Amino acid sequence: MIVLPEATREEPTGRSGRLTTATPTPVARLDAVTKTYGPVTALREVRLTVPAGGVLALLGPNGAGKTTAVKLLLGLAQPTKGRVSVFGADPRSAASRTRTGVMLQTGGVPPTLRVREHLDLFSSYYPNPLPVGECVAAAGLEGLEKRKFGELSGGQKQRLLFALALCGNPDLLFLDEPTTGLDVEARRVFWDQIKRLVRHGKTILLTTHYMEEADALADRIVVLNQGSIIAEDTPAQIKTRASGRRIRCVTRLATEELRKLSGALEVIRPCQDAQPGAVEIRAVDAEAVLRQLLALDPQLAEIEITKPRLEEAFLTLTRADDDSRNI
Amino acid sequence: MKTSPAKSASPLGRSLLRIYLKEARYDFLKLWRMPAYALPTILFPTMFYILFGLIFAKRPGADSRIGLYYLATFGAFAVIAASLFALGVGVAGERGQGWLEVKRASPMPPMAYFTAKVITSMTFGLIIVLILMGLAIGLGGVRVTLAQALTLLAVEVLGAVPFCAMGLAIGYFAGPNSAPAIVNLIYMPLAFFSGLWIPIGLFPRILQHVALILPPYHLGEMALGVVGMGDGEANWVHMAVLGAFAALCLVLARVGFRRDEGKLYG
Repeated sequence: MIVLPEATREEPTGRSGRLTTATPTPVARLDAVTKTYGPVTALREVRLTVPAGGVLALLGPNGAGKTTAVKLLLGLAQPTKGRVSVFGADPRSAASRTRTGVMLQTGGVPPTLRVREHLDLFSSYYPNPLPVGECVAAAGLEGLEKRKFGELSGGQKQRLLFALALCGNPDLLFLDEPTTGLDVEARRVFWDQIKRLVRHGKTILLTTHYMEEADALADRIVVLNQGSIIAEDTPAQIKTRASGRRIRCVTRLATEELRKLSGALEVIRPCQDAQPGAVEIRAVDAEAVLRQLLALDPQLAEIEITKPRLEEAFLTLTRADDDSRNI
Repeated sequence: MKTSPAKSASPLGRSLLRIYLKEARYDFLKLWRMPAYALPTILFPTMFYILFGLIFAKRPGADSRIGLYYLATFGAFAVIAASLFALGVGVAGERGQGWLEVKRASPMPPMAYFTAKVITSMTFGLIIVLILMGLAIGLGGVRVTLAQALTLLAVEVLGAVPFCAMGLAIGYFAGPNSAPAIVNLIYMPLAFFSGLWIPIGLFPRILQHVALILPPYHLGEMALGVVGMGDGEANWVHMAVLGAFAALCLVLARVGFRRDEGKLYG
């Protein structure tokens, strides 16, 4: 968020609405949105802004509210409280839907229709669709145009769903766990396709279980947990947030003693069937903590220091959030 | 990826008519290529007509109008089955497995989806009634005037509408796996007690009263009326019952639709 100097913030007309010209206009936003399903609160006062261009990744454990957030932005569900807008309009309006493409995890795709027929039908919904051939090429479906959906392999089916999201040449794409079930090679190819879309100025909202995927693609990551946003930043910043490195070792010291070490951010005892005395300590200055450890426990063994991957950073964030809620 | 040139769009943007036509065409193709739908939908009424309308009708002493009777009632039966399976099983499956969500999130006009399914049901209905007519006239020696034949076709095909509404209601309440079972359980007894197999005049009195509240009875009667075999009740009565039934089903479908909106998937 850019904070403007006082002088420029003053609008001669007094209309603060003009301020939006100073920051990129968001293509989609959840404005203090709460969504409840009966007794369950799926989202709580969530404020989410999807800026134009680039990839925003929505991360969170199952049940965190990712799907609900996507459904609200697609106009498939209505907020209990708050406001949802896509391209400044109701997400259900034709104006925003014709600029939006969607790839959802879905079954029930008519198996007897051919690839080309599916694309022909979906393209007809949009005012400026991509030529079908171009869409087929972009999704890597060349040679499969006449294949019926039911005859496609799992990866090819994913590619058709991706093609359906692309075919209307939308400005905003929702990709809900797009690479689930793809092998490593297919996932790389898919990532390249997403990067190409970004180069063409598209905005992509991605939900994923693969932290590696968010790390590779996203410009911003929003971490959801239990219906609230607990972190929103660049992948690099998220990693620093749950910062430091991990010291793995086997020690005779008790957990309480380890917690007292200066610089230890977190002490984790691995599950019970691990080696007795095995422990993980998270610390910014790992060397300083290690020196203290060695002084207290000369028999310290199996020392290993690792840098967190995004996945661990993410787990750290959600775990810390869960802990603070349980107190 | 290149941005597509503007010439690919019509001057007025997307054409609604084109969307409706494509949606209908592909919805029909989808079921036409699906043997689990197309075969029973077309073959059952044909088979029943051959058995009851042609073979049994040739028994000595059989009423000479049997072939004509079954042309009208099995036509109704066929249209009802085509509609209940296309809408009931179709919507339940596409809704329950998430495909309908993808369609709803797209700019597809929602009415195009439902209209397509009604047109599909009507097209299947038209095909079957034409087959039955061919059998009746060609092999059963049934004689109808051209006007009667055309009116009968119109009545049967338009008769799909209330049963599409019923299918829609089932589609919004049944799950993707239970819908085929539910439709199978409903449509056979419904057709039987509505007199589509045996004229209700041969029913016990209490069942004759039951038939009067069953919508297929009224479609059957309208079809029979075209060929001069109706019970003499005015057509507007049948139409009113079918119209009220369709309205009730649409209200139910709407309740199911609303219920869907509040549901959390995953």
